[in-house]
Amino acid sequence: MTHLEHLENKSIHILREAYNRFDNLCMLWSIGKDSTVMLSLARKAFYGHVPFPLVHIDTHHKIPQMVEYRDNLAKEWHLDMVYGENAFALEEKQTFPDGNATRLECCKLLKTEALRNTLSGEWPRYRLDHKSGTYKRDTNTQPYTGVIVGIRSDEEGSRSKERYFSPRDKNNDWDVGDQPPEFWGQYKTDFEPGTHIRIHPLLDWTELDVWEHIRKENVPVVPLYFNHGDGKRYRSLGCAPCTSPVDSDARTVDEIIEELKTGKFSNIAERSGREQDKEDGGGLEELRKDGYM
Amino acid sequence: MDTCKTQNGFVGEAKEMNIVIVGHVDHGKSTVIGRLLADTGSLPEGKFDMVRELCRRNAKPFEYAFLLDALKDERAQGITIDTARCFFKSAKRKYIIIDAPGHIEFLKNMITGASRADAALLVIDANEGIKENSRRHGYMLSMLGIKQVAVLINKLDLIPEREREEKYKNIAAEYGKFLEQINLKPVCYIPISAFEGINIAETSEKLDWYNGPTVLEALDNFVEVLPAEDLPLRMWVQDVYKFTQQNDDRRIIAGTVSSGKLSAGDEVVFLPSGKKTTVKSIEGFREEPKTAVSAGYAAGFCMTEQIYVKRGELISIIGEESPLTGNKIKASVFWLGKEALSQDKKYKIKIGSAQVGCRLVEVEAALNAATLQNIQQSFVARHEVARCVFHLDRPLAFDLAGRFEDTVRFVIVDGYEIAGGGIITDTADDSRLNENLVRRDIKWIKSSIEVEEREKYYGQKSLMIILTGPKDTDKKNTARALEKFLIQKGKIAYYLGIGNLLYGVDADIKSVDSMNIVQERQEHIRRLGEVANLMLDAGNILIVTASELSGDELDTLRQIITTDNILTVWLGPTDNRIRDFEMYFDDTGEGTQEDLLLRIEEKLAQTED
Repeated sequence: MTHLEHLENKSIHILREAYNRFDNLCMLWSIGKDSTVMLSLARKAFYGHVPFPLVHIDTHHKIPQMVEYRDNLAKEWHLDMVYGENAFALEEKQTFPDGNATRLECCKLLKTEALRNTLSGEWPRYRLDHKSGTYKRDTNTQPYTGVIVGIRSDEEGSRSKERYFSPRDKNNDWDVGDQPPEFWGQYKTDFEPGTHIRIHPLLDWTELDVWEHIRKENVPVVPLYFNHGDGKRYRSLGCAPCTSPVDSDARTVDEIIEELKTGKFSNIAERSGREQDKEDGGGLEELRKDGYM
Repeated sequence: MDTCKTQNGFVGEAKEMNIVIVGHVDHGKSTVIGRLLADTGSLPEGKFDMVRELCRRNAKPFEYAFLLDALKDERAQGITIDTARCFFKSAKRKYIIIDAPGHIEFLKNMITGASRADAALLVIDANEGIKENSRRHGYMLSMLGIKQVAVLINKLDLIPEREREEKYKNIAAEYGKFLEQINLKPVCYIPISAFEGINIAETSEKLDWYNGPTVLEALDNFVEVLPAEDLPLRMWVQDVYKFTQQNDDRRIIAGTVSSGKLSAGDEVVFLPSGKKTTVKSIEGFREEPKTAVSAGYAAGFCMTEQIYVKRGELISIIGEESPLTGNKIKASVFWLGKEALSQDKKYKIKIGSAQVGCRLVEVEAALNAATLQNIQQSFVARHEVARCVFHLDRPLAFDLAGRFEDTVRFVIVDGYEIAGGGIITDTADDSRLNENLVRRDIKWIKSSIEVEEREKYYGQKSLMIILTGPKDTDKKNTARALEKFLIQKGKIAYYLGIGNLLYGVDADIKSVDSMNIVQERQEHIRRLGEVANLMLDAGNILIVTASELSGDELDTLRQIITTDNILTVWLGPTDNRIRDFEMYFDDTGEGTQEDLLLRIEEKLAQTED
């Protein structure tokens, strides 16, 4: 068994455990490479099916190709696609691009708040109707009790302390100081009503592992990850105003893997193109305690 | 701030290794890691200078430990509260170093970190000597099953030069003696000064009396822990998939192979149900078709015969060594819960994919994990370890400690929280009964009528109602009334008293006072169970009476009977000792027989749902 196979099988085991233990389960799909790899693993775990909804928090400031790619893949793979948003903040233009919020405030409103209220079902959810190809208001307003998230422990400080099954309290808060024990492949699957569990199947993966899986399984990813001739590509994707590309000549998955193996980025954080991390005093911890992915 | 990560820069395919670093608080774990990262050139660019500059501005002496403080919480408190992971590489391979907290408050985090590791570094401060958590962490490594441990005797720079060797030898000898008692043999004891960087990546003339490996060499000498392919097959049923709505008619048994190998054509048995089938195909998605899967694979297979099996059953191959089944286990446990593990409370055990309610019935020995001192008590307090006996609500399949892992190790859930862990060391059941039952279920001649089909035809689920209580309560009369009541409701019911068996089925073992002689009584109960099992298999609602059935005897019956539909009723006055029943009814008090019949009917309606 290769290292990559080892990671894949452990992640599949975790996905299956989540599917069995939670009645109202969903997977967050940010359209980025990590959660798309998770989606690919779910198809392996359930033999071509994805038996739970994929939830995307749409800030409406995503790089435009991302949403197009999302809907194309959702149709091709017959995904149960759901999105949520902070309609109020968007309406009132309480955003960073509109000049009415700092980057961090904007993240809190458009992502953390939207996520919290979409998961709890308090704000409208929109579900892809495969017949018409359009989104319709979802009639299911039940809170999700299990939420699968594609974070990796090597991304930044606070994520390195996560559990595979990590409880969130009624306010979506993460108590990093008092986490449950987790050992021998037994996870926290019992929880108080009103709370939910975040499930992290990719915790042990690195950026290189993610790309190696993409190559092995031929996973379609957003073209923004590749250099299209201008010597730049995105290493991590987010909202257009707060995400910048890195200098790179890598045009294909193979070239990205080669690039990572040379150690070119070994001393540069993968999320260095993500401005909100810098404003959070490093580590994303403040955002994450409040429920950010 | 970025974490200490450089893994992206690694070239090559060697598998990475998880190492946990443990030890008493302030014995220098973080300094050891900081040194390892710095001395192997694994720190992100500018990080070292940044921390150094930060220290200078705050007029604090620079410490290697600061390099690790990834979280703000920890910076504030100055101690590691949760496991953090750091990445570095040697010439041989990549490492993930799991920094486990040394403070007793965070033992559960230490265990979380250690259970993810292939090997461990245990740090002891030469100046302070062996402390409480030096021992407790050693004990936990042993319980968690981590066999490769290097002990680092740190801070030798604080010891006068001429005393260092003696100090090192004394600590190694004393700690070695402790570890011997818990069956742990470290691969080496390394004298180090993390502060000065001695024997971390490089040796030093200052400790020229030491010829053993440096920490880095010891790490490179650890061997990868491989999945147990050579053992008999063990695979927990994690789920059963049928995605009919997506036009997929396959019925796939899904689970991760814990040990051994599963191949198409293998004849397998599911325990504890004893159902058997043959593996038709190993399933996959977008991959080369496989005919076999081995330990470590999250697999799935289809069966030649469509039998009904559930999550929590254990798959083994007929002809290979079989797991045990039973509902009484002896185990070594460690307890992390704020509230003690007690005999007055119900808990849940999770082993593999199975989970079952359980009760602690005996604490054979409780130990302080730091002193190995015996404590006389009937509970297990936080951070203690103990040898205990548990009774499970229904039988499980498992193995005994030794070669297997996933079928031996369990966690104990208290309310919503995992509050302890344990290793099954022995079965407290009559193992002969278990063996017989496994054989019986394997040899059972299966009807071509499915259980569900029969239920549909009879309009009822088979159910065993056990009426018991003190000798002088009128169980027979109640049973007759219940039988009549159920028949009138259109049910297929039958009353079987133990008296019906004693002079027939039991004639060969019946003595004058059979039911009062322990061993004979056990056999009478066993036969009652087997006869009842046949009648339940035939789809009946069966009413059984027997005097003063104990909790153990009920367990025996539950074990023999393959259906979970059992209703136990205690008739007569109760006291604290009587607590194993689903329904209590005191007909010597105010209740009438009619009340009881209505209550049973209500229960019946619930099971039919």
